[in-house]
Amino acid sequence: MDLSAFVTQSIGALSTASSLFIVAAGLTLVFGALRLINIAHGSFYMYGALAATTVVGWFPDSGFWIALIVGPLVALVMGVGVEMGVLRRLYGREHLTQLLATFALLLIFADLALRFWGKNVRSINPPKVVNGNFGLVGARVPAYDMVIIAAAIVVGGGLWLLLTHTTLGWKIRAVVDDPEVLVCSGVNIRMLYTGVFGLGALLAGLAGVVIAPQQAVGPGMDAQIIVAAFIVAVIGGLGSITGAAIGSLIIGIAETLGANLAPSWASTFIYLLMIVVLAVRPWGLLGTPER
Amino acid sequence: MSLTVDGIHTYYGQSHVLQGISLNVGDGETVALLGRNGAGKTTTMRSIVGLTPARSGSIRLDDKEISRLQAYRLARLGLSFVPSGRRVYGSLTVRQNLALAAERPRKEAAWSLERVHDMFPNLVTLAGRQAGHLSGGEQQMLKLARALLGGPRILLLDEPTEGLAPGIVADLGRWLAILRKEKVTVLITEQNALFALRYADRGYIIEKGTVRYEAPAAELRDSAEIRRYLGVGVDT
Repeated sequence: MDLSAFVTQSIGALSTASSLFIVAAGLTLVFGALRLINIAHGSFYMYGALAATTVVGWFPDSGFWIALIVGPLVALVMGVGVEMGVLRRLYGREHLTQLLATFALLLIFADLALRFWGKNVRSINPPKVVNGNFGLVGARVPAYDMVIIAAAIVVGGGLWLLLTHTTLGWKIRAVVDDPEVLVCSGVNIRMLYTGVFGLGALLAGLAGVVIAPQQAVGPGMDAQIIVAAFIVAVIGGLGSITGAAIGSLIIGIAETLGANLAPSWASTFIYLLMIVVLAVRPWGLLGTPER
Repeated sequence: MSLTVDGIHTYYGQSHVLQGISLNVGDGETVALLGRNGAGKTTTMRSIVGLTPARSGSIRLDDKEISRLQAYRLARLGLSFVPSGRRVYGSLTVRQNLALAAERPRKEAAWSLERVHDMFPNLVTLAGRQAGHLSGGEQQMLKLARALLGGPRILLLDEPTEGLAPGIVADLGRWLAILRKEKVTVLITEQNALFALRYADRGYIIEKGTVRYEAPAAELRDSAEIRRYLGVGVDT
C-alpha cells in the first residue's frame, strides 16, 4: 500500500470511528449514569438522520446546518418523552426487562418512521463547502470526513469538560456512586436522570444528522447502528466515555482493514474482536466489573 | 428549628419496622436515639428524611407537615442526613464532594468553606484526593463537612462511630461538642450509647420499632432502663 492509499484509508477509518463514537458515547453515558441498556438509542439516531433529510428537502441550500440543530432536538424530545413516559419505571429492574422494553420502543419507532417517511431510502448531499475532496500528502480525501471527525472531537471534548469541570458533570458521576446521598444534598435526581437520558438521545440524533450525507437513510439503520454501537461500548467498557472512544477507534480500524484485506470476513472479524475482548476482560477495556 | 415525629409507621415490604415512633428534637438541642441493632434507629432517620417514607403518622418541621415531601425537598428545607458507612462520592475528589454539598446552601444556616476547613483542617490537604481512597475517619470528616456546608437546620447523624478507630471516635466527640456549642440541632443514633449520651441533652431508647423510654441524657446514663434495653453498664 502506498502512502496516499494509506492516508485515504486512515481518514476513512477515523471517520467511521468518529460517527460510531458519537452514538456509542451517548449509549455509554446513559448506561453509566442510569444503568439502563437502551436499544431505542438506535431510533433516536435514525430519527435524527430522517429529520435531516426532511429539513434538507425544505431548504436545499442551508438545510444541513439547520438539520444540525433540528435533528438533535427531535431526538432530545423523543428521549425526554420516552424517559418520563416509560423508562423511569424500569430503573433498578433487571437488564432483561429494560432490554425488552427498549427493544419494543425501537420497533414502535421503526413503524412510526415508516408511516412518516415511507420505506424508500433517502439521501442528502454534504453541504457545498465540504462537498468534494481535498488533497492531503498526495491523497484525495473526502472533505466531509473532516466534518465527522471534527464533530466527534467536539463531542468527546465537550463530554470530558462536562464530566470533569462542571458541577452538573460531578452530579452525573455522583449519582453513579451514591444516588441516596445526592438526593440528601437536595438534588432532584429524577430530573437529573431525565437530563442525562435526554443528552444521550441528543447525541444519537446528532450522529444521525452527521452520518446522513454519507449513508443511505431509511428503515433498518436503527437496528444496524445499535448493534455496532453496542459492540463499541462493550469493548470499551459500558459506562466509560474514554472506553467508547477507544472502542470506536478499534472498530473503525478493524472495519477498514477488514474491508481491504478480506471483504467477505469484515463483519465477522468485528464480532470476533468483541468475543476476544470479552473473554479477556468481561467488563471491557476501561469498564469496571459490576458490583 | 424543631422536629416532631408523631406516631409514624414504616414498612420494608411486608415487614412492619416502625410501629408508631414518636419523638421530638427542640431547637438547638442534641438528641440521642438509642437501641440495639435492628431496633429501628436507622429506619427512623430514613423515614424522617424521606428515603424510606413512613406509611402513616406525622412528621413536622416547626409546624409544617413534611411527611409527604420528597427526600430532595426535605434536604432543601434543611434536613441534613449523614448516613453511616462509606457514603461519599468515591470517584470524585474531596473538593468536588464539597462543591456538590455547597451548591445550594441554606443561607441562614450555611457554614462557609473557611469555617468548615477550620473545623476539619485535614480536608484542606486532602482536597485533590479521590474520596473513595480516604480512610474511614477521613470519610466521616468529609460527610460531616458536606452536611455543614449545606446549611443544616437539623443534622441527622446515623451511627457516626460505626467502623471508626478509637482515636477517630475521640475526634468525632470533639466535633460533636463543637456542634453542640454552636447550637446546631442534632439527632444522633448510636449503638455506642454512652458515647452519644456524653454529647446529648436528651435520649430515647427504642426497641422493636417503638419508643420504650425517654429521659434527659444525664438521667438516662444512670438509669436501669439503659441496662435493661441496651445491656450497657453505667460506668464508663
